[in-house]
Amino acid sequence: MSQLSSRHLLGLEDTPRKDIELILDTAITFREVIERRIKKVPTLRGITVLNLFYEPSTRTRISFELAEKRLSADTVNFSTSTSSVKKGESLRDTVQNIEAMKIDMTVVRHGSSGAPYFLTQCMDTNIINAGDGCHEHPTQALLDMFTIRRKYGKLDGLRVVLIGDVKHSRVIRSNIWGLKTMGASVALCGPSTLMPYEVEQFGCDVYTNLDVALDGADVVNVMRIQAERQQDGLFPSRREFSALFGVNRERLKRLNKNYTIMHPGPINRGVELASDVADGKSSVILDQVTNGQAVRMAVLYLLSDREERETE
Amino acid sequence: MASKKYDLVITGGRVIDPALGFGRDADVFIKNGAVSRIGAAGKSAGLLRSFDDDQIVDAAGKLVVPGLIDMHVHLREPGREDEETVISGCRAAAAGGFTSICCMPNTSPVMDNQETVKFVQDRAQNADARVYVVGAATKLIEGKELSEIGDLVKVGAVAITDDGHYIQNPELMRRALEYARMFDIPVMQHAEDQYLCNGVIMNESYQSARLGMVGAPSVAEEIAVLRDIALCRVANSRLHILHVTTKGAVDAIRQAKREGVNVTCEATPHHLVLTDDEIGKEFNTSLRVNPPLRSVRDREAVIEGLVDGTIDCIVSDHAPHSMEEKDCEFDQAPPGMIGLETTLGLVKTFIIDKGYLSWADVIRKMTINPARILNLPGGTLQEGSTADITIIDPDKKWTVKARDFRSLSKNSPFIGWKLSGRAYKTLLGGKVVFER
Repeated sequence: MSQLSSRHLLGLEDTPRKDIELILDTAITFREVIERRIKKVPTLRGITVLNLFYEPSTRTRISFELAEKRLSADTVNFSTSTSSVKKGESLRDTVQNIEAMKIDMTVVRHGSSGAPYFLTQCMDTNIINAGDGCHEHPTQALLDMFTIRRKYGKLDGLRVVLIGDVKHSRVIRSNIWGLKTMGASVALCGPSTLMPYEVEQFGCDVYTNLDVALDGADVVNVMRIQAERQQDGLFPSRREFSALFGVNRERLKRLNKNYTIMHPGPINRGVELASDVADGKSSVILDQVTNGQAVRMAVLYLLSDREERETE
Repeated sequence: MASKKYDLVITGGRVIDPALGFGRDADVFIKNGAVSRIGAAGKSAGLLRSFDDDQIVDAAGKLVVPGLIDMHVHLREPGREDEETVISGCRAAAAGGFTSICCMPNTSPVMDNQETVKFVQDRAQNADARVYVVGAATKLIEGKELSEIGDLVKVGAVAITDDGHYIQNPELMRRALEYARMFDIPVMQHAEDQYLCNGVIMNESYQSARLGMVGAPSVAEEIAVLRDIALCRVANSRLHILHVTTKGAVDAIRQAKREGVNVTCEATPHHLVLTDDEIGKEFNTSLRVNPPLRSVRDREAVIEGLVDGTIDCIVSDHAPHSMEEKDCEFDQAPPGMIGLETTLGLVKTFIIDKGYLSWADVIRKMTINPARILNLPGGTLQEGSTADITIIDPDKKWTVKARDFRSLSKNSPFIGWKLSGRAYKTLLGGKVVFER
């Protein structure tokens, strides 16, 4: 049976194409499972998964938890919104204490870039990155790619535009790496103040004019714009952001036929995405959420050391 | 039948003293803790016969140079004696070949008053290196009001600084420069505009872009340096820019020196050797440092500044941090790395061996240049000067090991590196305080 080349999923920057393909292919099976009346399989029975969330999260945490439960894993949740330093117990001590209760896999969401890598140095469990700082959010990008591939049957040669706060978006970063590895053409669009320094080195087309960016694109993936960026002075108002970068019906004319609208949620309706577009027939936003289940089940399944266990 | 005329002789080594323009094989005779005479090699064979074995330091194949001076060191006493004390820092200094170090005022309490300065000086009484205090430029290094600089100078402060913090208010910086002029001491500035460095974790570059970390733009340093050069010109005072890391800053200082502004500056080995490319590999928190590791282009510009003389001194910016504080997420770690025990080896391996500078150039930047900037005694082996002497094993191959550090802290990104060149013996006032 094919296996992933790493026992962790820390990001997509260094994940080879064959691994991404294996995850997406495996997710097809689990996508069928969650359509069944009985949505549960015994695959990870006896495996204990820690969901370690150092940042507030609703949908990603629920998505992982459901994925784990549907694989029959035992789950334990650790959630806090204070940093480990403020909390007074180091991240290493926290996870080593929990690991001492015999944990097999860890799903981590953390505000610091590189925190999942740090965990690989602290624990023996498999580590799955559920978002680290502004660095990577690999399962989100995998579910985005799964959703695109499910519709078009491929990723190669498609034109995908990622719109919004490129500077602070871990979803955009993971999408860039994954999509490029899979042969898609990637364009970035957002205010120049929300572009990271030397953004051109990502190897994408970079636009500050949305209409130009949308020209001839197949997929539009719109990111949530955080209110705090305005408070930080990175753009003057939601009104102006919406006028310059809001995706609305009028602008969709520039897209290729059979285009797709995506958003990782939660949506600021009427700001980065018009409501009628979000709810329109080309929107796959809720499919993304469903597919996220299947993709996370696939990642958990493929990373678990189940074969070792079976031969023990 | 011990020699009575001299206490000790260092024989057979190559003596390099840039202050004297001296660089050849010679014997160094020491009497009463001072350099008594430098004799041409081979001319003293008869005289050497009158020495007991324990009066002779065999330096064959070694370099004999004025005791190295590190003008930028953080000792953590008072306040964080678990990370470094005056005594442990001086042991690390001696092991690194330094006989004099200047300690920065960001202790707890801050060295903005005579009592704290005297406390540190008192601790250094019997230490393995001489300790010169750099006083706080502003009270509590808060950048609000000048500290009692006259008081600090009176007890021996050799300069003032708010190192770790940029004196952001230009009016206050101007006053600091003007006030320091009365005492003929430089103001040492940590040049990073704070408005451009809000919440920064690393250098702003493609690396910060891909890692999603807040980046400190190199222009923050350039702007700070340009402003302070302008203020220094107006104040007709002396400005020393700490740890220069960017092309913009090097260019600005080069130009200012040409125009006759009294500005000097320094560079650290880590900015000469490392770039921000290293950070994403393992998120090693020892690589978190302020100012941050920069791009290849900036690193090359700093080396160029070192070569053409724009950069006057090489300093460690030794910044000890406990294992506990550094064993964490990258952005949660306090900035700083230790350097006293790796500076010489790094400079030999990456600056001298790569052909950028000669030994004489390096020794100049680690002895007489800092001595002149801060009006310190030493920095030369001139006859009559205190016998602070470093004997260097110039091609000694060694591996940096955490357990070998004399420093109480181990936060070095160079652990495991193979270096060439190391201090062999360190003499303070004619006495061997460190030997390998």
